[in-house]
Amino acid sequence: MRSKEAVRVGSGAGTSDDRLVPALELAERGDIDYLVFECLAERTVSRENLSRSKNPDQGYSPSLHARLRMVLPTCIKKGIRIVSNMGAANPLGGARAARKEAADLGLGDVAVAVVLGDDVSSLVRHKGDLRLIENGEPLESILPKMISANAYLGADVVCEALNTGAPIVLSGRVADPSLFLAPMMHEFDWAYDDLPKIAQGTAAGHLLECTASVTGGCFGWPGKKDVPDLARNGFPFADVKADGSIVIGKTPGSGGRLDVMTCTEQLIYEIHDPTAYITPDCVLDITGIALTQEAADRVRITNAKARTATPTYKVNVGYADGYIGEGEVSYGGIDAVARAKWAAEIVKERLKLQGFTYDDFRVDLIGMSSLHDQVAIRPEPYEVRLRMAGRTHDRKAAHAIGFEVRALHMHGPGGAGGACEPRVRDVLAVKSVLLPKSMVNAQVIVEGTL
Amino acid sequence: MSVRVYDLAHSRAGDKGNTSNISVICYDAKHWAFLERELTPERVADAFRHLAKGPVRRHPLRNLKAFNFVIENALGGGVTVSLAQDIHGKSYSNVMLAIELPDPK
Repeated sequence: MRSKEAVRVGSGAGTSDDRLVPALELAERGDIDYLVFECLAERTVSRENLSRSKNPDQGYSPSLHARLRMVLPTCIKKGIRIVSNMGAANPLGGARAARKEAADLGLGDVAVAVVLGDDVSSLVRHKGDLRLIENGEPLESILPKMISANAYLGADVVCEALNTGAPIVLSGRVADPSLFLAPMMHEFDWAYDDLPKIAQGTAAGHLLECTASVTGGCFGWPGKKDVPDLARNGFPFADVKADGSIVIGKTPGSGGRLDVMTCTEQLIYEIHDPTAYITPDCVLDITGIALTQEAADRVRITNAKARTATPTYKVNVGYADGYIGEGEVSYGGIDAVARAKWAAEIVKERLKLQGFTYDDFRVDLIGMSSLHDQVAIRPEPYEVRLRMAGRTHDRKAAHAIGFEVRALHMHGPGGAGGACEPRVRDVLAVKSVLLPKSMVNAQVIVEGTL
Repeated sequence: MSVRVYDLAHSRAGDKGNTSNISVICYDAKHWAFLERELTPERVADAFRHLAKGPVRRHPLRNLKAFNFVIENALGGGVTVSLAQDIHGKSYSNVMLAIELPDPK
């Protein structure tokens, strides 16, 4: 067993769609003590709540099966503990699925500590006067359409789950950095009032929560910011000591790069006021942080600061808000752009003639203006792909967009090619409220035998 | 003569709700003061005028030889409802990098 002087916390996923294999490489070659899978985007819990309403056994992250099947044999053998929010909208269901994966792999009765209490939907249903952070309107305005309401729990309850000794900890919504801070609090008995350490652990958690973002992913630029062997980029870990000193590293022998530049991009990522990055555990201030290259692929983080946590949890409220329909078709060669523009006008007129209306509508010329707009000042490309999209509460109107775009093959300007099937998706909108922590009953239960 | 932000700094964009945050990180700390003077929130707001309503706030991060620009009302209502192709605005860092500034000399 490793001494308690240092612990190595690895990052195995930064989104539900993250690549799989680097986590296994980290478990096999990274000499880690913990492997954290962060798999919940803003609307994921809403989507999984819909799955659960159709099948009560579902509602956890669908990637749970593949990820655990891959790493469990190595993790159990080496005593690497797994921490993950892959429980999504059904942590208990996720725990049962995880235990079944372990049993099927011949690993026996693997206990899972389950973090519950993030689901506050029944609580907020009676609190229609809470104000939405985004627009100041009362929660009441979206309550009838509410699908889910989940508080971003903190590291304290995840730490409590680790205290059970279970090899796997599974939660629903927990703030991303908290998943990484929890093993540090557990190993070193850090308390919330030990702010310099909580700050360091939170900053490290923020650096790790997007996996490859500190190892050269979402970073490289040929000739300007080259990344060696990006195809084999590795996942990162934090080497943490009891006194709060932390160095970030990555899987030995993996591709990519880990340096002050990659870490700086990730440190600022999705932060607004850098003196007040609010997590459930603290209010982090990154304006004094120093990042220093200690060795190849090793960056030390020092001087993170924090203030005491706020008395509230941020709660994401997911609600159904109609449909988005879209369609695409391509034009190439002489006057490609003129034909695409004409086609767009024809589709708009046909939708109008059928009486369809949209809350929002958009025409993109992919290759010219789909990312940064301003079609009027862009140079004309050889070929262009017309994309039309609209948001509406009428499913038929949403479907009609892709239907009419595809019909351009036969009923539009000459030379249309390669239209896609009409696409319609449910809009799962998310807004948020603040809920006093004292009202939320976060708790841990253990599935299986310890 | 002019320089682009691209010549002096690297950048990454993130999203929260309908707000985009875009870092600008100097390759060399000696350019930080120049960017502080020239890459004002007003200039950035102007470069994003067709994409974002704003407001734009700039947070200095001298310790990281960087700035953090926070642009509100920038993501078509937010990831969950936006009709954009790039719903997260990940590509917005390239709008930032293309901003032209007077030659620093």
